[in-house]
Amino acid sequence: MAKLNVNGKSHEYQADPGTPLLWVLREQLGMTGTKYGCGVAQCGACTVHIDGVATRSCVVPAETVKAGSKITTIEGLSPNGGHPLQKAWVALDVPQCGFCQSGMIMAAAALLKSKPNPTDADINAGITNICRCGTYNRVRAAIKVAAGGGDAKTAGLSIQHADGSLT
Amino acid sequence: MSAVESTVSGAGRRRFLKGSAAAAGSLVVSFHIPFVRDAEAQGVAAAPEVNAWVVVQPDDTVIIRIARSEMGQGSLTGLAQLCAEELECNWAKVRTEYPTPGQNLARNRVWGNFSTGGSRGIRESNEYVRKGGATARMMLLQAAADEWKVPVAECTVADSVITHAGSQRTTSYGKVAAAASKLTAPTEVKLKDPKDWKLIGKRLARLDTVDKTTGKLVYGMDLKMPGMVNAAIRRCEVFGGKLKSYDEKVALKRKGVKKVLKVGDDAVAVVADTWWRAKTALDAMPIEWDLGPNAKASTASFAEVLKEGLSAKEAVVGNQSGDAAAAIAAAPRKVEAVYTYPHQNHACMEVMNATARWTPERCEVWTPTQNGEAAHAATAEAAGLPPAQCEVYKLHLGGGFGRRGAVHDWVRQAVEIAKQMPGTPVKLIWSREEDMAHGSYHPITHCKMTAGLDNDGNVTAFAMRISGQSILAGVAPQAIQNGKDPVVFQGLNPPGPESSLGYAFPAVMIDHAMRNPHVPPGFWRGVNLNHNAIYMECFIDEIAHETKQDPLALRRKLLANAPKYLAVLNAVADKAGYGTPAPAGVYRGLAVTHGFGSYVAACAEISVSADGALKIHRIVAATDPGYAVNPQQIEAQIEGSFVYGLGAALFQECTVKDGKIEQTNFHNYRPLRMAEMPVVEPIVMPSGGFWGGVGEPTIAVAAPAVLNAIFAATGKRIRNLPVGDQSLKKA
Repeated sequence: MAKLNVNGKSHEYQADPGTPLLWVLREQLGMTGTKYGCGVAQCGACTVHIDGVATRSCVVPAETVKAGSKITTIEGLSPNGGHPLQKAWVALDVPQCGFCQSGMIMAAAALLKSKPNPTDADINAGITNICRCGTYNRVRAAIKVAAGGGDAKTAGLSIQHADGSLT
Repeated sequence: MSAVESTVSGAGRRRFLKGSAAAAGSLVVSFHIPFVRDAEAQGVAAAPEVNAWVVVQPDDTVIIRIARSEMGQGSLTGLAQLCAEELECNWAKVRTEYPTPGQNLARNRVWGNFSTGGSRGIRESNEYVRKGGATARMMLLQAAADEWKVPVAECTVADSVITHAGSQRTTSYGKVAAAASKLTAPTEVKLKDPKDWKLIGKRLARLDTVDKTTGKLVYGMDLKMPGMVNAAIRRCEVFGGKLKSYDEKVALKRKGVKKVLKVGDDAVAVVADTWWRAKTALDAMPIEWDLGPNAKASTASFAEVLKEGLSAKEAVVGNQSGDAAAAIAAAPRKVEAVYTYPHQNHACMEVMNATARWTPERCEVWTPTQNGEAAHAATAEAAGLPPAQCEVYKLHLGGGFGRRGAVHDWVRQAVEIAKQMPGTPVKLIWSREEDMAHGSYHPITHCKMTAGLDNDGNVTAFAMRISGQSILAGVAPQAIQNGKDPVVFQGLNPPGPESSLGYAFPAVMIDHAMRNPHVPPGFWRGVNLNHNAIYMECFIDEIAHETKQDPLALRRKLLANAPKYLAVLNAVADKAGYGTPAPAGVYRGLAVTHGFGSYVAACAEISVSADGALKIHRIVAATDPGYAVNPQQIEAQIEGSFVYGLGAALFQECTVKDGKIEQTNFHNYRPLRMAEMPVVEPIVMPSGGFWGGVGEPTIAVAAPAVLNAIFAATGKRIRNLPVGDQSLKKA
């Protein structure tokens, strides 16, 4: 049995050589938050972190991931959706269909680690994921909110939440 | 409580999905019938429905049933707002669920139409959804009045709390719901005056956001069931071709492969324990095709056919007034231009998929669909069972854009595979390559426009010939009447509430020569309004240029008697500062149109570098949808439709060679990305009195506004879409 360290836990799995990490996560480990979009590293829906680096898992054969490497998926980004980016995403109602958003958030989380205060150019270079619904401008705004300490009112969207709060 | 049960918007899902910690945290789906066993699962008494639209649980949780599909456009939240507005319930305790198409059939279509396309979700159903909420409110109030033995007119309600002021008693919806459910529904229902709306028009947060940020939302592709197997499929890439032979031994000897199955007469599927094994075995398996009659067809051959249609004698008239031909013949000057629009794939982020389970007695399908009823009909047909013995469970869509509504080819395939493995749930997932090869493509058209001008440059007549594909001829031929596909004329119709031409020309002739090359057309976000608005709005710009008029001034002149068009046009011109100097090197372009019941306009600001590189800086966009249910979501739709529309205008074309689509994935079918995304400044300006759509209309003004700005910047008129690698270097 091969092993992968995912979200802080060691998982044993069986897969044929060449099976992409994406499909091991989805089909062997049952973690379906990471999505299949293209299979050729174009869209980024499958983005996970390997030792903190945003990686398109659809083109990474699982057996090439070192046993000591730490993989983080959307399920492990935060215990209860409490990562500053996830909070900003909720505050600004970023997702539309939502299918690309796991990968989008994982790419953004890696970006913020290397650039805590990203410029527009940094965001353009760091977020190359595809969103067909067209959430890019709210993605950009949410990254800035998270980078700026979490005050979602700065985005100026004026969204009223079910608990009565306004962002 | 499992991950799935915590889904904010997933009350409906909760009722047929049971989260399970088993199988390494994977999700297990039960086969129970919805509505019944959620209560079983949670060990509480099942709450009876007050009416078809509203269920109130003892803890005052209100479940609102949503018949239309959520695919990102936000109408799940908007429809809940409409119902809750009349229900007067506590919004913080609102949940939603999808009724199933099977139940709709069994209950005489109590939830109406499930179709979610044409930006119709809210505009078509708002009245009966509001009535559903109002009726439930009246019954809940009546139940409280009965309990207190007071006249119902003395009872009031706010936020699910019912009060009888006279006796200072209060109760809540949850406490009287069981009694209310036994009452007869009132027949006389009065809806609120729009001025009294409290939830409609509010910038409320969506109900389905949280689980989209944690990976918990279960899409069709993510389903897992006990004993489930996975299928990958390949259909003949040439449309109309057939499956000739395949060497199943090659696939069957691979690990995990269970079956190799013929699907219909044009596809073969490999079924395995995992999808990855099914897909790789399919890739390895030699397959031979009978390519059929379209094996030599190409984009170039289609163009010849469409070009002929531009001057064909026979055509179907969509809009005619006066004698345009005579006026043009007599005109001292003319402006003439020919435009073309390509095939395009929807390329939803989530590829087509469905899970099916067939037995001789029953067939069930779980799938993301824009039209649960159509998916249900397709299921029954493919299953060979009466509809009453079939059921479809809808899941939130990973994008729809029109692909998942009219035809359910993937559902039929899933059922045909499941039928060959009775009792076993089969999940069919298309590869991205399969999805690109078997789309339901934006129709191709060519368009020739002629304007007759008098000596002062006034337009005396306008003629427009569209030659090309009809979507209805492909997906609903019964809707073609006397050779006319009315959808072809979106945005060009005579004055009226739906997709009309706003410009007043003294004489008009707009007609269509239907030419249907074999690539199947489908409803693609914005549908025919997309290319029609490009043709019309760019041509108006051409007329303005030829007659040395400002494009805004010309539009204002021609729209003098079309106040709603003028209002959105003026709004974008004002906000963009049209007429004032733009930043150095930046040029502006305008577009205005009417579609899906709404009035929309855009002003684009772009620059083109010396070597011809385009940068779209900013788009100001206005929409008047009549009533705006949730303005912050309308803004999101405006922004999103520009991403979809600009990607299409700049990059996307599905070309055909040897009868099949050449583009295979996102590397050669390029969507817009973050770095190309302009600032979008939406203006939502509801003028009241009508219900227009919002998911699609603004997409139509994205491309022409940018194309007109490109002309302003470079003098280059792009008439063949997409812009692609056409040089934008200054002429």
